[in-house]
Amino acid sequence: MTQQVEKREKYDQYLADFETFKKSANGHTWLNEIRTTGLSTFNATGFPTATRGNEEWRFTNVGPIARKAFTYPFKVSADSVTKEQLKAIAPWDDKWTTLVFVDGRFDENLSSPAIQKNGVTVSNLDAALDSEKGLIEQHLGRYVESDKNGFTAVNTAFLRDGALVKIADNTEDTPPVHLLFVSSERSEPFVAYPRSLVVVGKNSKATLMESYISLTENGYFTDGVAEIVLQDGAQVDHFRLMREAAQAYHITTTQVHQSKDSTFNSTSFARGSSIARNQIHVALDGPGAACTLKGLYLTDGSEHIDNNINIDHLKPHTNSDLFFKGILAGKSKAVFSGRVIVHKDAQKVLANQSDKNLILSENARINTKPMLLIYADDVKCAHGATAGAVSDDVIFYMLSRGLDMETATRYLIQGFAHEVIDGIPLDGFRDYMDTYFVESLPAYTFQMKRPGRN
Amino acid sequence: MASNNGAKQPLLEVRDLHVVVAGTNTEILKGVDLTVNLGEVHAIMGPNGSGKSTLVNVIAGRPDYEVTSGEVLLHGQDVLAMLPEVRAREGMFLAFQYPLELPGVRPWQFLKAAVDAVRKHRGETEVSAREFDQMYKAAAIEMGLKPELAKRAMNEGFSGGEKKRNEMVQLALLNPKLALLDETDSGLDIDALKTVAEAVNNRRGPERSILLVTHYQRLLNYIKPDFVHVLVSGRIAVSGGPELAHELESKGYDWVKETAAAG
Repeated sequence: MTQQVEKREKYDQYLADFETFKKSANGHTWLNEIRTTGLSTFNATGFPTATRGNEEWRFTNVGPIARKAFTYPFKVSADSVTKEQLKAIAPWDDKWTTLVFVDGRFDENLSSPAIQKNGVTVSNLDAALDSEKGLIEQHLGRYVESDKNGFTAVNTAFLRDGALVKIADNTEDTPPVHLLFVSSERSEPFVAYPRSLVVVGKNSKATLMESYISLTENGYFTDGVAEIVLQDGAQVDHFRLMREAAQAYHITTTQVHQSKDSTFNSTSFARGSSIARNQIHVALDGPGAACTLKGLYLTDGSEHIDNNINIDHLKPHTNSDLFFKGILAGKSKAVFSGRVIVHKDAQKVLANQSDKNLILSENARINTKPMLLIYADDVKCAHGATAGAVSDDVIFYMLSRGLDMETATRYLIQGFAHEVIDGIPLDGFRDYMDTYFVESLPAYTFQMKRPGRN
Repeated sequence: MASNNGAKQPLLEVRDLHVVVAGTNTEILKGVDLTVNLGEVHAIMGPNGSGKSTLVNVIAGRPDYEVTSGEVLLHGQDVLAMLPEVRAREGMFLAFQYPLELPGVRPWQFLKAAVDAVRKHRGETEVSAREFDQMYKAAAIEMGLKPELAKRAMNEGFSGGEKKRNEMVQLALLNPKLALLDETDSGLDIDALKTVAEAVNNRRGPERSILLVTHYQRLLNYIKPDFVHVLVSGRIAVSGGPELAHELESKGYDWVKETAAAG
């Protein structure tokens, strides 16, 4: 009972911030209606609980987020973050169009100039509310489930900063777009609500990166939503990096809607944090639509990472491929949920999924939950999940070549990660992941029975 | 152990070696005695389950076995007191019967690390990237390993024959004093067998010894051993010269078993 009251009080912080937010936000009536609906949904649903009957949140308890007060960062000091700091800690390439958000707020000085030419628009969402009103009204919030998910609802209430990317039909040579969300050192716990909308036109190609990076050790909360729309024949290569603070909370949803013959390739890299959840939900809504979702996660200490993947095969001749790998150390916990639904009449579907984990500690835990719901009869689906350690035979092979145990361990763990990293076609991002993963590997050495006399 | 006056210098000495499967009482080697002098090539033959693979694996330090008594010496040093990686750095090399796949592990880096570990142990400097590149290419060409395989992860998706050739590449790179070849001929077609045999023959010399394990006499047509030993039920039943292999080929292992039982 006490807890219930406490929770309400914490929600009051969001409600109070919303009143101030409404006054400070641009006076677009149509948008304020969407925001207000978001807030009332949030007020009604609150945050999901991991109790019985709520299967979606069974292994990720968001109680600590619900019990803590996070404030909206109305003010971000102009020089709290420098470009040098970003280059040192985040993937960076001057050839990319980079939009930088500090504590969830767009930072024009750190960002590349907005683009608005030749059918390509890349800008802060807030700055495009007038010029792209039609597009935003047509797509924003149309794909994401905001009525059932409190995190999405409250993100909608505070929507303002985030990227708007629009690629016109038949456009191929667009520069890679990098959305860089950085969290800075602030005196009190804050919440960032990045909200992005990406619409890629017919037969166009786009490369999109999202990086979540921290410059602070303090706890904060990233509550993000991105909606990505692929029209007929479009292709999007999507890369995602979560490198939040160990104390941080991160709940984000990437909602993808695919039309006929479109291709969505996504690779997610995640370091765990206090609670981290990467939700990628894809609707394959046209024949010939295909998605490949890969992921690599690394957890240590008491970190938690939840990769929550939903694929809806809504139409016949659609393909999906999930390939995730995890490296778990310390007392960390990982959750992998791959829910693939083949809807009625969605015949000739191919769906694969696998989740492999390298568990480096007896105290680390993985809950892996592949789930296939098939309502059509002519489909090929496969799933597999393995959790384990490296065999002694493999280690002995390496030692027999003169390597010590420490080097053998490092090579094997790196090798496990390389299977995902090596597939990145974007040099700047791949090199970063190569270096970053090697740097952040847990200090670990395999144990093996050593030979000798008895 | 005087090595003057042309006296033979033992490289590997195995004395009354008894071995069980780790954690069990199942004895596989029941008192093996064997001396391999520098420059000699020895072949261990024997029927399935005789313990011949176990012998070379125990010498290399595979943790699946436990030595219950006896000793193994390399240059007079106690091998059983050394970790497997130290044995390798001391100049021992085991070509595996079933080479392992190392998912995602880049062969170039892995093999350079192996070469450097041996060099460091000898007090030498690490090999430069350029020099190693040349060594690696030369070895791959000699062993007939397709260059594109070097870009894949170590042994990953290699055919059986490619894995065996890759073992020989490592033999060439690591340049051991004692090469232990565990059924290197199994699964090889005749061309691969000739390549492997030639590579081994090229490495015969006064400073290197080779101990090869084989079930069939076929390999010994190409690599002529100085000595042949037949292992039966965990003991060396017969030893002899290369003619012993031919005798086995015509009479079969039962002949040795009977002889061993009678003797």
